[in-house]
Amino acid sequence: MTTFNLSLVDWLVLAVYFAFILGLGYYLKRFTKNQEDFFLAGRKNSMWVAGVAFLSANLGALELLGMTGNTFKYGMYVAHFYWVGAIPAMLFLGLYMMPFYYSSRIHSVPGYLKLRFDEKTRVLNGIAFAVMTLLVSGINLYAMALVLRTFLGWDWNVSMWVSAGTVAFYVTLSGLMSAIFTEIIQFFLIWFGLFLVTILGLVEIGGVDQVLSNIPASFGTLWSTSGDPLLNGMAITWAGIVLGLGFVLSFGYWTTDFLVVQRAFSAKDLRSARMTPIIASFPKMAVPAIVVLTGLIAIILAGKSGSGFALLTDGGQVNYDSTLPLLIMRYYPHGLIGLGVSALLAGFMAGQAGNISAFNTVWTYDIYRAIIKKDATDQHLVWVGRVATVVGVIVSVGTAYWAKGFPSIMDYMQAIFSWVNAPLFATMLLGMFLVWITPAGAFWGLLAGMGTSIVMFLAVKFQWMDASTITMSAVSSDMAANFWRAWWAWLVCFVVTIVISFFTKKKPREELVGLVKGLTQETALAPVPFMRRPEFYAIISVIVLIILNVYFW
Amino acid sequence: MKPIWYFVGLFLLITGAIVLGAGIYDYFNPPLEHTVLAELHPGLWWGGITFLAGLLFLLFNRKKVIV
Repeated sequence: MTTFNLSLVDWLVLAVYFAFILGLGYYLKRFTKNQEDFFLAGRKNSMWVAGVAFLSANLGALELLGMTGNTFKYGMYVAHFYWVGAIPAMLFLGLYMMPFYYSSRIHSVPGYLKLRFDEKTRVLNGIAFAVMTLLVSGINLYAMALVLRTFLGWDWNVSMWVSAGTVAFYVTLSGLMSAIFTEIIQFFLIWFGLFLVTILGLVEIGGVDQVLSNIPASFGTLWSTSGDPLLNGMAITWAGIVLGLGFVLSFGYWTTDFLVVQRAFSAKDLRSARMTPIIASFPKMAVPAIVVLTGLIAIILAGKSGSGFALLTDGGQVNYDSTLPLLIMRYYPHGLIGLGVSALLAGFMAGQAGNISAFNTVWTYDIYRAIIKKDATDQHLVWVGRVATVVGVIVSVGTAYWAKGFPSIMDYMQAIFSWVNAPLFATMLLGMFLVWITPAGAFWGLLAGMGTSIVMFLAVKFQWMDASTITMSAVSSDMAANFWRAWWAWLVCFVVTIVISFFTKKKPREELVGLVKGLTQETALAPVPFMRRPEFYAIISVIVLIILNVYFW
Repeated sequence: MKPIWYFVGLFLLITGAIVLGAGIYDYFNPPLEHTVLAELHPGLWWGGITFLAGLLFLLFNRKKVIV
């Protein structure tokens, strides 16, 4: 059996899910009255709402399917994406960067670049981000249709248009608020819909210890095999993990990607905004309990004769993304299949809604109001945001059809984050912590960093250059190349920004108050007991992170 | 406005009830095609857990209103 056989009760669960998210969009419209409501969910969310939404915006179905498949391919090293590759950056955002973001009352991350540097840096990043979100949204849609066709036998066009239409409906009605509400529903759906796969897998294998003792050492450790790329499944050294993933890619994504940071902007006050990524760090550390453990369980089942478990193959190539759906098929009876499929659908649709709500904000504030209509009224901006939502969804569908006819576009998508986010992190880091960084330095540094990443990617793709030149290792994987490319893009941006800043005109210090460390009043340190301060929860998060890394060393 | 946790509760309650109902039906009328570990009746207890979680969310948030 390679497709789900949905029964009436499974369809009922799916119908309840669709009715719920459409109903939520309609219900929330009456509370969406102005631009603050539409683009920032009224800035009235608690740290719990913003925190769960912050994590959920990143926890899409592509991530779930992809990372479970990656665990099958690379082993436990995939947990680095959730631990060293996420937690330090999330805590850094909450502790050090959020005060500058939140206190400047901006609507978007490019909005900060305008205040700190100038309009051209903001527009450069705004356009890059808008293009990235629409491409990612379209590719998400394409991947979703592919999964639904493979595992449910659903028609390609119907899958794409129904999900795109649903997202367009609820985001157009109530903007970020409905995106956040559906993301939180998605978070619970993922845990209640998919964690049972892990539980049943562990029951079948005999527990976590049995899982760890039945997989090769190269697949079952985190750091002890990272001294030599030949010893681990990902073919990477600890330096690549720490510099590429743990530092540049992770900090670049979690601290500058507006898709996730927008959720923290929706918090009701600075303390809640700072707590948002810190609260999210705890469930983030728990996600490997679904994706990594099920991937390891699948490795054992696939190697066990008579288990009846084998990944799908497409044209001789192993389809690693089939790992999680095949385990759902293996364990789930009717009813639960509906819950599992709803969880995957929710992941796809909430991921698309997240991209579209980030796109409509950046388009409206950082492109439309910055370039086209500087004196737009409140109501006009909300109208533009709604139009941008519909147009964004249509462009996403177009991208999905483009991807269908040109499958290698998927390869390019793997690299897009290192094009946009990695160099932006250098710009943000320098801009927030050094007063003397200039607008010209930031603009040219950002451009040089983005250019470096794109040229490196194309050079390896079209074999003008060997990947080993980038990874500085004779043995490497696509993943290792991504990590190292991000590192070089960051470094080039960092160096060029500093060098050009030495020779160009600085902004007056009075214009940088509230935007740069040292010129900002530390309002976050208001008299709050230590046990209620973000720093306290960040320390607990670090302790848990250390324990996990030592345990699975 | 009702808090999101109220809707989370409502959603888990309804879907949990459906899964639990299907689990009870399967318990008394075992399907011909068995899944692995079907003898543990995962639909029955997981549906029950989902239903109870939904009930808790709903009870704790039924009177709360976000201004």
